[in-house]
Amino acid sequence: MDWMKIVSALALIMFIIFLFPRARDMMKNSPKGSSQDWLSFAIPIAAIILFIALLIQLV
Amino acid sequence: MNRNISTVAQRSPSALATNKVLRNTYMLLSLTLLFSGLTAGISMFMNMPPMTYLISVIGGMVIAMFVLPRFANSTAGIGIVFLITGLLGFGLGPMLSMYAALPNGGNVITLAFGGTGVIFMGLSAYVLTTRKDFSFLGGFLMVGFLLVLLAAVANIFLAIPAMSLMISAVVIMIMSGFILYDTSRIIHGGETNYVMATIGLYLTIFNIFISLLQILGIMGGDD
Repeated sequence: MDWMKIVSALALIMFIIFLFPRARDMMKNSPKGSSQDWLSFAIPIAAIILFIALLIQLV
Repeated sequence: MNRNISTVAQRSPSALATNKVLRNTYMLLSLTLLFSGLTAGISMFMNMPPMTYLISVIGGMVIAMFVLPRFANSTAGIGIVFLITGLLGFGLGPMLSMYAALPNGGNVITLAFGGTGVIFMGLSAYVLTTRKDFSFLGGFLMVGFLLVLLAAVANIFLAIPAMSLMISAVVIMIMSGFILYDTSRIIHGGETNYVMATIGLYLTIFNIFISLLQILGIMGGDD
C-alpha cells in the first residue's frame, strides 16, 4: 500500500532528524579508539558474519 | 603465634552499584522479552493485519523517545518499558504469521530466534569476560545507524531486494556494536539507570531478530 510506504518513510525521516543532534554530539565527544580497540571490535563482528553464514546454510 | 588473619574481600560501592544495574537490567530484559513473546502470540492469534507492525513500531518508538526518559527514574518507567515492548511484540505478530505461512517458515523463525539469542549472549559474555571499554564506538555506531536509516528510506521506494539484504546485514553489525557499547557502558558505570539500559538492549535484540528473519527469509527461498 502506498500510504504505508509514505508513513514508513516519514517515520524514518523523523527518527533521523531526532537522532542527528545526538549522533553529532557522540561524534565530537567519543574517545578515540586505538588499533587494538578496533581489533577487539572487529573480532566478534567477524565471528557474527561467520555465524550468519552458518545460519544461512542451515535454513 | 596464632593470629587470625581474616581477609575480607571488599568491593567498592560503585562496583556493587554496577553489578546491581547489570542484574536488574538482565532481569527486566528477560521479563520484557517474555512479555513481547506473549503479545506477539496474541497478535498472531487475533490474525492482525500487516499495518499493525507499522503502527506498533511508530507508537513504541514515540513512547520510547518522548515519554520513557521523563519516567525513567520512577517505578512508572518499568510499566512504560512493558508498554513499549508489548507494543513492539504485538507488531511482530503479523510478520511472524507471514513467515510461518512460507514453506520453510517455521525453520526460518526458529533459526532467527535462536540466532538472535546466540548473538546477544555471545557478545554480552565477550564484554563481561574481557571487561573492555567500548565507549570509543559511540560516534561510529550512531553515524552508521543514521546512514542505514537513510538507505532504508531510499529502499522503501526503490524496493531493491539486494539492497534490502545489505541493509539487514549492516543493521545486524551495527546492533551487535550497540550490544558491546551498551553492555560496556553498564559495567563501566556509564549507564546507571536499568530502565534505559533495558530498553536500549531490547531494541538491539528486536532489530537483530527482524533483520535475521529478513536475511534467512530471502536466502531460504526456494528460487
